[in-house]
Amino acid sequence: MLDLRLYMLQRLTALVMAPLTIGHIAVMIYAVQGGLTATEILGRTQGSFGWLLFYGTFVVAVSIHAAIGLRVVTHEWLGLSGRSLAVFSWLVCIGLLVMGGRAVLAVTML
Amino acid sequence: MRHDGEAVTDRAEPSIMVSVWRGDEANGAYEEFAVPARESQTVLDIVSWIQQYVDPTLTYRFACRVGMCGSCAMMVNDSPRWTCRTHASKAVKDGRLKIAPLRNLPVVKDLVTDMDPFFDKWVEAEGRHHASATRHDPIVAIDPQSAERIEANSGIECINCAVCYAACDTVAGNDDYLGPAALQRAWTLYNDAKDADKTTIIDAVSGKGGCHNCHSMGSCAHYCPNELNPMRAIAGLKKATASSSLKSPLRSLLGLASGNEG
Repeated sequence: MLDLRLYMLQRLTALVMAPLTIGHIAVMIYAVQGGLTATEILGRTQGSFGWLLFYGTFVVAVSIHAAIGLRVVTHEWLGLSGRSLAVFSWLVCIGLLVMGGRAVLAVTML
Repeated sequence: MRHDGEAVTDRAEPSIMVSVWRGDEANGAYEEFAVPARESQTVLDIVSWIQQYVDPTLTYRFACRVGMCGSCAMMVNDSPRWTCRTHASKAVKDGRLKIAPLRNLPVVKDLVTDMDPFFDKWVEAEGRHHASATRHDPIVAIDPQSAERIEANSGIECINCAVCYAACDTVAGNDDYLGPAALQRAWTLYNDAKDADKTTIIDAVSGKGGCHNCHSMGSCAHYCPNELNPMRAIAGLKKATASSSLKSPLRSLLGLASGNEG
């Protein structure tokens, strides 16, 4: 159910997520010190390839990481297995990718 | 149903109320027996007393009675124990004892479980010696102080009692999971200088039921009657498999290692 390939994918995506999460929280704390409106945030993120890359990478890593984690929980606690487990895992991954991707595009694209 | 064993108990003697599982997996219930409390009494003594003096049809398994053969493990008050080395005085709570067949294994009858799935997984985990020499070759000396030998030694006292297998919540939730004992055996052989096929072991523990399913909850180490630490062995396997996959990242990410169909 959780073989070496999925285990490594989950660990590697965790490695990617860790610095991005710290960066996200650090920027959030720093940016709101003087008060910040949504318009001001969008003013800085829209059209920024850097933020697109930052949050785009984060969304991809989260989608893979969470799908594998939920796959394990679903198998052990709800008994889902075989094809239905694979379909569930892919749906979670694609769902998070689509939702996260939309959010990233909304705040970074003009 | 309650049995008192009146013919052989002294009414003045203190007794323990023992609930014992009777039946198989599909049909069964706990039966109560009043068993005389004796000095230095083990849980296996209690089961044997019931079988010898009250109900000869009670089915259970034991052999050596001294903690070497690994035959007599059962659930005692919902915890897996080697019953021949578990003192009743330490297990009894409020004068009561509950004895059931080992968890995570099919029940054959009463306190006897079918051990086949447990031992089948030893084979699946390549928990067998892969010869590096024949009987005609000279015996190669092993350095007992080498890091690999010390690591291998840490797991060799396993008596195959399946207490760790019964204690493991991952085994309970995942039928494919090889379990702590089989994986510890694989780790022991992986570190054995005289085992010739490390790659096969790595492949065997990297599949969908392999070491990566362990959540490191530690029940195996907590309940192991010989105080071994299968969780540590499994962590060693995770590290070894991860290192081997990083040496050939493309192969492992594409799932080309055998058994990676998960």
